[in-house]
Amino acid sequence: MKRSSWLIPTIYILFLLLPIYWLVSMSFKSTNEILGSFTLWPQDFTLANYEKIFTDPTWYMGYVNSLIYVSINTVLSVAVALPAAYAFSRYRFMGDKHLFFWLLTNRMAPAAVFALPFFQLYSAVGLFDTHLAVALAHTLFNVPLAVWILEGFMSGVPKQLDETAYVDGYSFPRFFVRIFLPTIAAGIGVACFFCFMFSWVELLLGKTLTAVAAKPIAATMTRTASSSGYELGLLAAAGSLTIIPGAFVIYFVRNYIARGFALGRV
Amino acid sequence: MNKTINQKAWFFVLPVIALVAFNAIIPLMTVVNYSVQETFGDNTFFWAGVIWFEDILHSERFHDSLMRQLTFTFTILLIEIPLGVIIALAMPRKGFWVPVCLILMSLPLLIPWNVVGAMWNIFALPDIGMLGRMINSLGIDYNFTRQIGDAWFTLILMDVWHWTSLVVLLAYAGLVSIPDAYYQAAKIDGAGSWAIFRFIQLPKMKRVLTIAVLLRFMDSFNIYTEPFVLTGGGPGNSTTLLSIDLVKIALGQFDLGPAAAMSLIYFLVILLLSWVFYTLMMRDEEQ
Amino acid sequence: MAKITLQDLRHSYTDKPTADDDWALKQLDVEWKDGGAYALLGPSGCGKTTLLNIISGLLTPSHGKVLFGEDDVTHLPPDQRHIAQVFQFPVIYDTMTVYDNLAFPLRNRGVDESRVKQRVTEIAEMTELTPMLNRRASGLTADGKQKISLGRGLVREDVNVIMFDEPLTVIDPHLKSQLRSKLKELHQRVNTTMIYVTHDQTEALTFADQVVVMNFGQVVQIGTPEDLFERPQHTFVGNFIGSPGMNILPCDVDGQNVVVGGVKVEVANKGFVKGDTRKQEIGLRPEFIHFGDQGIPVSVERVSDAGRFKIVETRFQNHTIKLLIDDGENVPADNAHLTFTEDRTYVYGDGWLMEGGQAS
Repeated sequence: MKRSSWLIPTIYILFLLLPIYWLVSMSFKSTNEILGSFTLWPQDFTLANYEKIFTDPTWYMGYVNSLIYVSINTVLSVAVALPAAYAFSRYRFMGDKHLFFWLLTNRMAPAAVFALPFFQLYSAVGLFDTHLAVALAHTLFNVPLAVWILEGFMSGVPKQLDETAYVDGYSFPRFFVRIFLPTIAAGIGVACFFCFMFSWVELLLGKTLTAVAAKPIAATMTRTASSSGYELGLLAAAGSLTIIPGAFVIYFVRNYIARGFALGRV
Repeated sequence: MNKTINQKAWFFVLPVIALVAFNAIIPLMTVVNYSVQETFGDNTFFWAGVIWFEDILHSERFHDSLMRQLTFTFTILLIEIPLGVIIALAMPRKGFWVPVCLILMSLPLLIPWNVVGAMWNIFALPDIGMLGRMINSLGIDYNFTRQIGDAWFTLILMDVWHWTSLVVLLAYAGLVSIPDAYYQAAKIDGAGSWAIFRFIQLPKMKRVLTIAVLLRFMDSFNIYTEPFVLTGGGPGNSTTLLSIDLVKIALGQFDLGPAAAMSLIYFLVILLLSWVFYTLMMRDEEQ
Repeated sequence: MAKITLQDLRHSYTDKPTADDDWALKQLDVEWKDGGAYALLGPSGCGKTTLLNIISGLLTPSHGKVLFGEDDVTHLPPDQRHIAQVFQFPVIYDTMTVYDNLAFPLRNRGVDESRVKQRVTEIAEMTELTPMLNRRASGLTADGKQKISLGRGLVREDVNVIMFDEPLTVIDPHLKSQLRSKLKELHQRVNTTMIYVTHDQTEALTFADQVVVMNFGQVVQIGTPEDLFERPQHTFVGNFIGSPGMNILPCDVDGQNVVVGGVKVEVANKGFVKGDTRKQEIGLRPEFIHFGDQGIPVSVERVSDAGRFKIVETRFQNHTIKLLIDDGENVPADNAHLTFTEDRTYVYGDGWLMEGGQAS
């Protein structure tokens, strides 16, 4: 069993990579080749699909929009989650347990339930079709998650650290920024990673809250798919490009992934 | 850790409460408001009481999508949790291949959900997709856009592809946290690999597996984009899960009252089931 | 049950060891008698745990043999060696009761349930676990958990040796001595070979009949606690054991005479010093130094009271010499001299005691 156990992850990874391979290989094919014949790799290699995306603003602005609201959301979620997670990990206060559970219930809320009321709410406050609207809407599920992850990491830091700093004459804000944050840097990295991830992959709210100015790439793809017929090659190229930011971010947190997925609580 | 009682800690959580309340409470109130009113589409509303709730609870359509939803959720839980544990057990514990495995396995988690749906759509197309071609070349008549069984097969395969890695990563995190001494002690005690799994690895993974089951349960109940892009809920209504049905009613037909009532029931079902899961699994731990 | 012999044992964690430092264990030939109570003592990183893992079979040595009785077990896995081990941190099976924990090693070996019950009851009685047999093991305190680990070793009847890897690390100080005497008592009762690894000299000296002192990946001395104290084979042993440790002063050998800073000193091993060219030092235990009218002239630097006795720090030229005197004894104000007990004063060459066998 031990000797051949590498087979299982290998087969699994091949299974994971197969559809991705198909998508990427299709992005280098011309529409004719895709529809005309079945080929395992591009016979008629073309970069036309990518060229179209990088030259047409309705396409590439989709990426820019997505990256903008994902970044705003990540910074915002982690920034408000930090003090809250500190409070949950260090203090007991009235209703702390209920509050924690209430936050988590928002993680459970189906986006479909919120789509329509969000549309009305953000229209009413004049934020419709802005990056901020999507970023704010995504905090609904990212803030609870960030609090949860950060609380796990912070609970792993002994309280003596805080006490020593106070004895050494640090004020709370200086201690928090200078000493505490660097100590849980790994946790912050993991929390950012998760916020980025869930904001990047979400579509329903992103699509509902935008029209033109802040339209995410994912929405551009679905709308283009329906309006300009079935341009599979273009769709595949756009899809392939959406994998890159994620892969990039994973690379940075690769050493913390295992612990991060267990929310620092193993 | 001993926590000190400090009511001022509330100030630390205020920003979070403000942000989440804005996002959760106001929209939820809107939903509650709609759920008890009737409109004729001219922006005037009438008090309707609980008729929408009664309607939804008695509607066959809701029962059907709820059943489909439960079938879907329990099927993927039954596949993904054991599969994830098996893969995590077989993964190397240290060395060069660990980050390689972790990065490759995380890839599906970071692909936008509609891209996942679109990717599987073109991957499984019976005429020009790789998977469709492969299955048909085995002599099996496969067409997920026409046959209900094939549609479900593709849907579940897609979810397994998309989310098993989350279970793997969680289980793996649990496994690497077990100190070597446990394995050494088990070896000395003469335990076989099944006993090691049953009495060391499984108990140590329990916590993370609880998180895995909860996350997969909640997220699979909320799933919308991937099946919508893959099958659009068809053929017919055969893969119309709760979210898809809800969006059809709310945004497609603009039946605000029934949609709102359904939203609330839907949300309550998730809360209730999550709570049951959570307490069942935690009860064991507290003994 | 059998004696354990380690033959020409060497181990390295690197594939191709070249430098001296690549060896975690340099060269070991040790024999552990059946039924002995041994302590393996040494500072952190000296190779104790490596040696332990080689005996238990968790590691295969790069070179040499491990014999149990006459059988070569070098390549046998742990479960076939009939050994038991108690780890630094308590290893228990959380989900099982104390009873099931104790029964686990027997059940894995297919022992029938009535015999299991008999053994578990017996061992629980010995380790004072009887009242908790039906409780979940995870609910016990650290010392209770260590007792379970120990019990899992004792419960098997075919155990050749029980090994302890710093088992008291996580135990509350006031329970440490209690558990230690319990161990000693159990050893006398079951008569199984026990090897107790520690870096704490008190633990080693109180538990063991024979102490194996290790440093730099090799055995420095094997002996009874008295041997280690009265006749350290190496300045390291002299320094590591005893509080305060041995005074080590450089000295010169002039023919048969040993001279320290111009003063002639009588030593126990003077027959071996002639012709030895290694770096020479003299080792003096604080317990065997006294104030006298003549001898080495010193100035008294500091006196600290340690209860029943006093530790006096004196200065001789540029060396510090510590000695112990009884509480009632007076410290001379000036013109103090030190005399040494001759048969407890030794000359060391390159750290090793100079005597026939080691001088080569």
